[in-house]
Amino acid sequence: MPAPVITATDLTKTYGDFAAVDGISFEVAPGESFGLLGPNGAGKSTTMRMVGAVSTRTSGSLRILDLDPDDSGPEIRAQLGVVPQADNLDLELRARDNLLVYGRYFGIPRKVVHRRADELLAFAQLEDRAKAKVDDLSGGMKRRLTIARALINDPRILLLDEPTTGLDPQARHILWDRLFRLKEQGTTLVLTTHYMDEAEQLCDRLVVVDKGAIMAEGSPADLIRRYSSREVLEVRFGSDRNEAVAERLAGTGDRIEVLPDRVLIYSANGEAVLTRITEQGLHPLTSLVRRSSLEDVFLRLTGRSLIE
Amino acid sequence: MSGPLRRGTGTPFATDPAVSDAAGGSAQARAAIAAGSRPRRFGAWYVTEHRLRGMASYRGTIIATGIGNPLVYLFALGVGLATLVDRNLDGSSVGDVGYLAFVAPALLATAAVTIASEEFTYPIFGGFKWNPIFFAINAAPISPRQIVDGQLLAVLFRMLPSCVVYYLVMLVFGAVPSMLGWLSILAAVATGMAVGAVLMSYTATLQTDTGQIAMLMRFGLTPMFLFSGTFFPLSQLPVGLQWIGWISPLWHGTELGRVFSYGHAEPLWLTVLHVAYLSAWLVVGWLVSRRVATRRLNK
Ligand SMILES: Nc1ncnc2c1ncn2[C@@H]1O[C@H](COP(=O)(O)OP(=O)(O)O)[C@@H](O)[C@H]1O
Ligand SMILES: [Mg+2]
Repeated sequence: MPAPVITATDLTKTYGDFAAVDGISFEVAPGESFGLLGPNGAGKSTTMRMVGAVSTRTSGSLRILDLDPDDSGPEIRAQLGVVPQADNLDLELRARDNLLVYGRYFGIPRKVVHRRADELLAFAQLEDRAKAKVDDLSGGMKRRLTIARALINDPRILLLDEPTTGLDPQARHILWDRLFRLKEQGTTLVLTTHYMDEAEQLCDRLVVVDKGAIMAEGSPADLIRRYSSREVLEVRFGSDRNEAVAERLAGTGDRIEVLPDRVLIYSANGEAVLTRITEQGLHPLTSLVRRSSLEDVFLRLTGRSLIE
Repeated sequence: MSGPLRRGTGTPFATDPAVSDAAGGSAQARAAIAAGSRPRRFGAWYVTEHRLRGMASYRGTIIATGIGNPLVYLFALGVGLATLVDRNLDGSSVGDVGYLAFVAPALLATAAVTIASEEFTYPIFGGFKWNPIFFAINAAPISPRQIVDGQLLAVLFRMLPSCVVYYLVMLVFGAVPSMLGWLSILAAVATGMAVGAVLMSYTATLQTDTGQIAMLMRFGLTPMFLFSGTFFPLSQLPVGLQWIGWISPLWHGTELGRVFSYGHAEPLWLTVLHVAYLSAWLVVGWLVSRRVATRRLNK
């Protein structure tokens, strides 16, 4: 097995006496697409800033590309591409100039930067926006430009902190497509997200994080197999009745989760469960059978939903 | 596949033999160390390039004020007001020179401080806040110290030519009696950078701007412009107010400029003190800015 590009052991970051990241350990192999899935405040961004060698850890050990970020920050960052949670493009410069200026920070000769800027604008599907003011770009375009900027140094690892949060569905799909291309080309991706569909689409392997700690680790399929059933039946009886009806549903599936607006029944065969329920004389207002997702894994692990 | 889609293989410098020899460790560590060597050496200069490119977007304003200000001020104060002052006071209260020669080095130093007050306030606060490029730069292999150094260098690149232009206009107005007059350009730039470095050490700490910068201008810089022996000698102020001049870097810079531009008579120790005082502001402002930036970017 090739040497990992990132090795974190008991990585911890505290602010005052609050542990934003509380002893997490993981490894990322070269070429792998690795995710941190967790709700807001889980410590994803804090972890990413430590991996990005800009935030110093409180304790634990961290090696990126076989170097310690405490000693070799600039050397590590020279080989990273970083897409932060909030875009920080230079609003005073035009789109292409953002790439040119940024490329210089890696000591790349001017001529090379110019060529790469054009290639990356094409990759980000922004060729016709090269001269646009950053402020005039849409959210999705800004995000793609930020990704293009992160690729200017041909990084060995690309760090993406919530790459599609706040984008509309169409913009997300364009972005996923670009990231998928990078993944196919063997770029090592490390990304955080609180969208389970994003994690399922892009991650070979992920850790589920909550309150600064890792709850589970594996491939998306693996985690679903381990922590959930194959299918889920979602039934709604009306907000005030869900709780009461749930008691009568006990035993119809492998496991039941009662949410404020609906009841989830986990089983290998959702349709069969629905038939059984109706035979008991229960008639849900709506019902839906779907495959288990990482959302269900998270619910199982923490008793809470990923989003809100 | 084309360039951007290729898997990362390091930068064009990964094979620099001098660097890879120096580094032990694995191939990936060696590649990283090689890639980091140029940013470590030239990082501050890259930041300077970036900032100058940003300034280029208000190049028009820079050029217009750079030429317009000395023309307007020297004409209004140096020629207009000077006629009045010289006639009434017989020049005695401002030393042995005319009012124009007296006020010109002060205006020059003031121009430098004005540039500092533009470039080290909102652009620095903004770089951390509403256009947070400092975080982006720090995510590249550039340290917070290099970011600070780059800001200082970039402003120096704007301030020095502006002061040279100012000085040339002073020459045209016949406001520089001494052959050593050109040294007043250095006095002005030193003053501007000294004030600028200290301004930056403060604006870099601001988390929100709820009018602090405007207050600073109104209650810090404006009194400094008025009471630093700029338009009249400090000795004209009531003794109780003269301390404003003594602590003001602008007073020290102005007096230093006068020594050069018309041989203003003062004891040598005082001239040395001007230089030392301005140096202290510059060095303290610079080091504190570096510290503040490091804390803020790497927390
Ligand atoms: N600079 C900071 N000072 C104090 N607390 C912080 C700081 N940065 C993050 N935190 C706290 O640490 C926790 C984790 O934050 P973050 O890593 O941003 O989470 P996520 O990215 O998963 O939403 C949050 O509770 C946040 O308020
Ligand atoms: Mg975050």
